[in-house]
Amino acid sequence: MSAAHARRTAADFVSASRIAALMVKEMIQMRRDRLTFAMIIGVPILQLVLFGYAINMDPKRLPTLVVAADNGPVVRTVLAGMQASGYFDVRVGLATEREVEAAMAAGTVTYAITFPPGFERDFVRGDRPQLLVEADATDPAATSNALGALQPILESAFRPELVGPLAARAPSALPVDLVVQRRYNPEGITSHNIVPGLLGTILTMTTILMTALALTRERERGTLENLMAMPATPLEIMIGKVVPYIGLGFVQVAVILVCARLLFAVPMAGSFPLLLAATLLFIAANVTLGYTFSTVARTQMQAMQMTFFWFLPSILLSGFMFPFRGMPVWAQWVGEVFPLTHYLRIVRAIMLKGSGLADLAPQIWPLAAFWLAVGTLALLRYRRTLD
Amino acid sequence: MSDETVVAIKGLTKRFGEKTVVDAVDLEVRRGEIVGFLGPNGSGKTTTIRMICGLLRPDAGEGTALGFDIRTQSERIKREVGYMTQRFSFYEDLTIRENLDFVARLYALPDRRRAVDATLDRLGLKTRQNQLAGALSGGWKQRLALAASIMHAPKVLLLDEPTAGVDPLARREFWDEIHALAEDGLTVLVSTHYMDEAERCHRIVYIAYGRIVARGTVGEVIAQSGLSTYVVTGREVAAVARAVRGAPGVAQVALFGSALHVVGTDDGLLGAAVDAAAEGRDVTTARGETSLEDVFIRLMDVARADDPSNRPEAAA
Repeated sequence: MSAAHARRTAADFVSASRIAALMVKEMIQMRRDRLTFAMIIGVPILQLVLFGYAINMDPKRLPTLVVAADNGPVVRTVLAGMQASGYFDVRVGLATEREVEAAMAAGTVTYAITFPPGFERDFVRGDRPQLLVEADATDPAATSNALGALQPILESAFRPELVGPLAARAPSALPVDLVVQRRYNPEGITSHNIVPGLLGTILTMTTILMTALALTRERERGTLENLMAMPATPLEIMIGKVVPYIGLGFVQVAVILVCARLLFAVPMAGSFPLLLAATLLFIAANVTLGYTFSTVARTQMQAMQMTFFWFLPSILLSGFMFPFRGMPVWAQWVGEVFPLTHYLRIVRAIMLKGSGLADLAPQIWPLAAFWLAVGTLALLRYRRTLD
Repeated sequence: MSDETVVAIKGLTKRFGEKTVVDAVDLEVRRGEIVGFLGPNGSGKTTTIRMICGLLRPDAGEGTALGFDIRTQSERIKREVGYMTQRFSFYEDLTIRENLDFVARLYALPDRRRAVDATLDRLGLKTRQNQLAGALSGGWKQRLALAASIMHAPKVLLLDEPTAGVDPLARREFWDEIHALAEDGLTVLVSTHYMDEAERCHRIVYIAYGRIVARGTVGEVIAQSGLSTYVVTGREVAAVARAVRGAPGVAQVALFGSALHVVGTDDGLLGAAVDAAAEGRDVTTARGETSLEDVFIRLMDVARADDPSNRPEAAA
């Protein structure tokens, strides 16, 4: 036994020729599988166009029903201001309370605004009349921005009215001068947040899935037995399988970044080489994870299921769909495990904030640690025999 | 053929869960020898071959292939051994040439292109080199698999039912190639179901329910069986077959066209039984030669009776 070990040389463990054999083979197979290849190019474009244009975190023109028992100039000013803000699509009507209830329940209106009888009179008298705003808050994200905009709308609507004898009722100014700057994305354009995020989610799904299928396909087709009977070590098989899929991942990166620039004008504030380097690390981590899945899964179906079990929490807990800081602390800890969480911070920071390596180090080392951990696991899991 | 032992295994045992699939198998193969590995389905042939080339770890026993320990030095063995799996296991979405190129790279063969060309030539695959392996018929797939498993000039070739589903002509050519390789010093261990293929081996080993039940040359195995055979021909053989079946001393009754083969272990009893059945019928009886197939069916019956898992009370 010891003699056998002594006779082993470095070439027993890693041989460039054997890795080349596996890589060339993998690439030919990729090229022959045209449908999959087309999907690898087509799916990112489709998702980018679909989600990039469709997802909007700042919804406008929400259907609004106005119940106005009064129709004086103040009411009209308020309605004009709401319409002008863009958040409310105002439909004025003489609706009853019951009709408002029905419209809300049916979901045909998001807001109902009720001006009580005598609103105008009470306003002029200084009786502080009530203005009732009802919002359909089943989707909090859809209503919160518009509600936030309501206060300034009302203030600016009333100010021109509060002149002459009414001037005393004008609200006093804040005792401080509030300065708010929306940095990095001043206009709050959702696609500038979503499109870099899509880079991460698309890569997560395709690279893990493709690699997870790669080894299980060999097991299913029976070619693995042959491969195992030939002199290739687990490390060589892993490298030979993983590297072509890293290359494929970069094809997707190119497609997505070109679309991001041409279709959505997403800025690139930071260093492009740094983005590529971080992306390489991220793809490597994902591809290695996919390979680990394929050492566990017996069939391609199982490999696919494992990928989706990983993918779903990845997008939900990473901060792609919902604000990361909005989650409870334990969920944030779970979220920190996923490479996507760190990569999303990296991409958004580089593209929108122009962050540098020093700023990103706290996100980069977890990616590297994840990669090493799954890589080791894959090598330990890989079975040298058919047992 | 020389006296140099190339494969030597002793007491090799493999269990899958409760079931002992290979039970204390001893086997020696000498250089340049073609050894046929025979036995019914599920008898442990594939498992034994996989243990020899390091694809399965034995639960007990020991062995060497080309002087390397099969338990600890399988990486060395893999480089010197060619293994052709039972199921076609090359890449169907690669062409013949690409498959061979892949293998040549994996074994790091010097002058890869020439090695691939030479292999294509040797097996007559040149004209089809750019066809996808998946589009080939069974015979051509088998040819490709053989080509790929001998390209790195192995010293031992392990073939697991290489000719299943291949037509007689392709099988004939395949065996001619195997003999040519053996003459050059290649050692071959081949598992098969076909009796004509068994007869082309230098030596055969018969395995049933994980245990070796017979070994030797074809003549030796037939002689060891102690079986006698009578051949009955004539118009009324079917009636004779009915009469003789189950008679004392009769082990097997089988019709081959219009000839009835009656086989048994006790020559005296068998002769009496056949004579009694033929009495008064329009047939002629003669002593015949026991075939390898008769021996194998007999061995299988005996092994089945011996195997504890096949007894009804054990199954209950």
